[in-house]
Amino acid sequence: MRRARTSAMRLSALAGVAVLGMVLAGCSGSGGNSSDPQSQNLDGKGPITYVQGKDNSNVVRPLIAKWNKAHPDEKVTFKEQSDQADQQHDDLVQNFQAKNVHYDVVDVDVVWTAEFAAKGWLQPLTGSMAVKNSDLLKPTIATGNYNGTQYAAPQTSDGGLLYYRTDLVKTAPTSWDDMMKDCTIAKQAGIGCYAGQFAQYEGLTVNTAEAINTAGGTIVAKNGKTPTVNSPESKVGLQRLVDGFKDGNIPADAITYQEEQGRQAFEAGKLMFLRNWAYVYNLAKTDGSSVVKDKFAIAPLPGNGDGQPGASSLGGHNAAISVYSKHKQTAHDFVEFLQSKETQKFFLTQGSLAPVIGSLYTEPDLVKQFGFLPTLKKSIESAVPRPVSPFYPAVTKAIQDNSYAALKGDKTVDQALKDMSDAISAADTGS
Amino acid sequence: MSTETATPLSSKRPAPRASLKKRQHGQVRTALWLILPTMALLAVVIGYPIVSAVVMSFQKDAGLDPATGMFVQGGFAGFQNYTHWLFQQCTSASGTVACPPGSLGAQFWNAVGVTFLFTVVTVVLETVFGFWMAIIMNRAFKGRGIVRAAILVPWAIPTAVTAKLWYFIFATTGIANAILHVNVLWVSGEWSSRWAIIIADTWKTTPFMALLILAGLQLIPDEVNEAAKMDGASTVQRFWRVTIPLVKPALMVAVLFRVLDALRIYDLPAILTSGGGGSGNATTTLSILVVDQIRQGPNSASALSTITFLIIFLVAFIFVRFLGANVVRTQESQQKGTL
Amino acid sequence: MSAIAGPATTQAETSALRGERTTTAHKVGRRKRRSQSTRTIVSAIVISLWCLLPFYWMIVTSFRDVGYTFDTTPWFTHFTFDNYVTALSTNLGNHLGLALLNSLIIGGVTTVVCLLFGIFAAYALARLDFRMKGIVMGVILGASMFPGVALLTPLFQLFTSWGWIGTYQALILPDISFALPLTVYTLVSFFREMPWDLEEAARIDGCTQAQAFRKIILPLAAPAVFTTAILAFIASWNEYLIASQLTTDATQTVTVAIAGFTGSQPHQEPYTAVMAAGVVVTVPLVILVLIFQRRIVAGLTAGGVKG
Repeated sequence: MRRARTSAMRLSALAGVAVLGMVLAGCSGSGGNSSDPQSQNLDGKGPITYVQGKDNSNVVRPLIAKWNKAHPDEKVTFKEQSDQADQQHDDLVQNFQAKNVHYDVVDVDVVWTAEFAAKGWLQPLTGSMAVKNSDLLKPTIATGNYNGTQYAAPQTSDGGLLYYRTDLVKTAPTSWDDMMKDCTIAKQAGIGCYAGQFAQYEGLTVNTAEAINTAGGTIVAKNGKTPTVNSPESKVGLQRLVDGFKDGNIPADAITYQEEQGRQAFEAGKLMFLRNWAYVYNLAKTDGSSVVKDKFAIAPLPGNGDGQPGASSLGGHNAAISVYSKHKQTAHDFVEFLQSKETQKFFLTQGSLAPVIGSLYTEPDLVKQFGFLPTLKKSIESAVPRPVSPFYPAVTKAIQDNSYAALKGDKTVDQALKDMSDAISAADTGS
Repeated sequence: MSTETATPLSSKRPAPRASLKKRQHGQVRTALWLILPTMALLAVVIGYPIVSAVVMSFQKDAGLDPATGMFVQGGFAGFQNYTHWLFQQCTSASGTVACPPGSLGAQFWNAVGVTFLFTVVTVVLETVFGFWMAIIMNRAFKGRGIVRAAILVPWAIPTAVTAKLWYFIFATTGIANAILHVNVLWVSGEWSSRWAIIIADTWKTTPFMALLILAGLQLIPDEVNEAAKMDGASTVQRFWRVTIPLVKPALMVAVLFRVLDALRIYDLPAILTSGGGGSGNATTTLSILVVDQIRQGPNSASALSTITFLIIFLVAFIFVRFLGANVVRTQESQQKGTL
Repeated sequence: MSAIAGPATTQAETSALRGERTTTAHKVGRRKRRSQSTRTIVSAIVISLWCLLPFYWMIVTSFRDVGYTFDTTPWFTHFTFDNYVTALSTNLGNHLGLALLNSLIIGGVTTVVCLLFGIFAAYALARLDFRMKGIVMGVILGASMFPGVALLTPLFQLFTSWGWIGTYQALILPDISFALPLTVYTLVSFFREMPWDLEEAARIDGCTQAQAFRKIILPLAAPAVFTTAILAFIASWNEYLIASQLTTDATQTVTVAIAGFTGSQPHQEPYTAVMAAGVVVTVPLVILVLIFQRRIVAGLTAGGVKG
């Protein structure tokens, strides 16, 4: 008895530490709105800072050096972040919350744009801040648009491509149904037919969104929160993937595939069709272990059967201006510089980053070096951005979880889409 | 013993010879000053965050203003963040609904189940294997030192590295499938991903269990076993009637430590199965769920982390109150060799 | 064996050695139990292999050419040092070298702070009699079982608003939350077993309390403090949950660096380089642990610390 009591006393004393802490705890204040920062410093000129994740292929530094030479009074300093997406995100949040005036131009992943915009941290690119560039690929612009306002300017892009084996199929299928018909060839050859990224992670959102968008469905409405995914079109799209798994046209292994596993399977000759990003192209041509070096080609993603290519999801990054910047005019000019043709070309040649300017995709010398460009252009032209939502983490989870359950056969497609819709709807309430 | 006196360590004066009562009073004061810094530091690094978490857990997370599409502060939430998790209540356009699949809120009880599953299975496995290892190490044979060195290796490897190592071992084309001649998708099957975690965790932490049990075994006087043997007790009988009762206090402490540690499991599922594992939440433990929630609504995450803390607290309480795991006392008597 | 431990051997350590003594005690009866000892040896081999083989596989893979990542030959083939070069290079955006330094700094500062605070508390708890002792012990023990996530949520918010994410203090403070209880707890166990009579004896011989402490107790306590330091350092070195959420590149620790190791391509999984990085991070630890295994086993079993 005594033992029990003293033990209980000890445990309850634990709470004592908490009480001690209570004395120390108190304020964790949240800043109020003093005056609208969106309308301030619009014509401010002077030195600014550009914030971006790790510059692994040394693209940004030479560009900034070039800018600084031409603009000695508006020098840009490069603030290099981590190369982990989560860490970049948190670093931006931390500095925006602190209203850091030195985070002038920031590089944001396309899927964060809405969140930062809704928090009031991004300068709307309207009026004198508008970034004009008529040569931009249209879908890339949409990734920076939240609730009808442009908050970020596309800087780099990426789209999905269909890799296919030229020794097995003469021409690439232009529709999903045609591709499924070709699967008999793969079966005869004893290899898997089609794979994308179906492991449960961001790649599955990309692939699900592509299937739904290609079939004419949508996921959320323009306001970024009302779900529109529970529709007959979406059902057609998701059903295609589910059927693919069911009849073995998509090998069972593919439920574990991220980009790399798919690439490895394709390079090992175990897949006839593969949906992947542009990076695979040069690797599959040169990799020592690739057995398909001269036996593959690329095409836009297969479409809905109406002659149009499929709707790819978009990768890439946007450039945005902080509302707290003191030198927004310079920031604006620098964003235009990032979008300029020369800069975009440098991004491509130096960093293998897909440009957002259409005309670069057809320049002969570039096409020679990057054989995937013409196809990638088609892919991006018919692409649809992933849902632009301030609750993107919740939205992508809603898509992933339910799509995955459907692909595994744990849920009907109808149920999966209904749950997806409900989960997106519940996402918007914060808790 | 009672003549001991202590003054602050920095004291330059010899201890004053004073009356017993005065000395004891001095001891209390000295002890207070020696312990205070540690308690104050603990209050800063644990107490303060915990109180902040509780305060936050009663605030609403920021939501969208439908008119502007901008985030606005949430205000006081009452117990809403708690009911959100415990009763799976989500708010949507049409009012309060059951959290739909694919939202974090829907995963709470699943995460509780997964956490307890991991805890029970790993602790049972670790106890059984740990006992076996301890018994072997308690025997006299050549190369005993090698075994003890060997079992320290998994313990010394950081869990993050362990996770990567087993991730590689469990790769589809990895060595585990090659040895077993199977083609299991370890990190993506529902139960295979759970087993992957359980196996890796058992590998990593059984040594710790074995060492604690060994310490208990070594305190059993040889005479006790010899006497039992004289009385004609078989090995099995000796194990159940002599070894187990004598090791029990040490064992309970070891189990308590492991249970509390297993309840907060994070590193392995986070790295080995990228959080979710098969079916997306087959290996989502409470800690994983908290981390998933942090960026989606810190106040709601605070409620969840507070719930997690209370669950662990409750389990500890049950262990101490009903199962007699008296850590302090057991340690003391182990020290004195009077277990 | 006991020669290594030297005169400073504490009883906690001796109890870990006790098995060794049974070796001689049972020598006589050994012959009778040959069949049992064969089984023991077999068990011992199985246990050792189970513990060592995964580690061995990590080492083998770390020296294997990246093109043969999934080769299942159980011994060293396609031997290369390239993976170590890759693991330590910063070309792919990995910073293992920096992470090692960060972990050293964070672990080092945490350990020193915990010892500075913990030694006094442990001395009081082991040596002095006072009423609240059990409660203080309970609080410290409870603190060591505290779930990291319960600290993480508020700290994430607080450090974000203070701009502390990506600073050393953002990791050192949470590390103290589990390393300090561990330090106190282990030290108390060690201190209880110190031959305090010697202190008394020295005082009778005319030493002041401070002198007795400095000349007699401190040298005797050194091994215990050292062992505790190793345990606290390892605990901090291995921390992942908090570090994974509150760091940036600049303060990334080894566990975070390894978990997020990136390959030459955006989606590539560089297994061999990760194994090499794992070896780099682990081998110093394993060597340290093996050298001081007696002390560490004693510390572990005395403090019952988390693994």
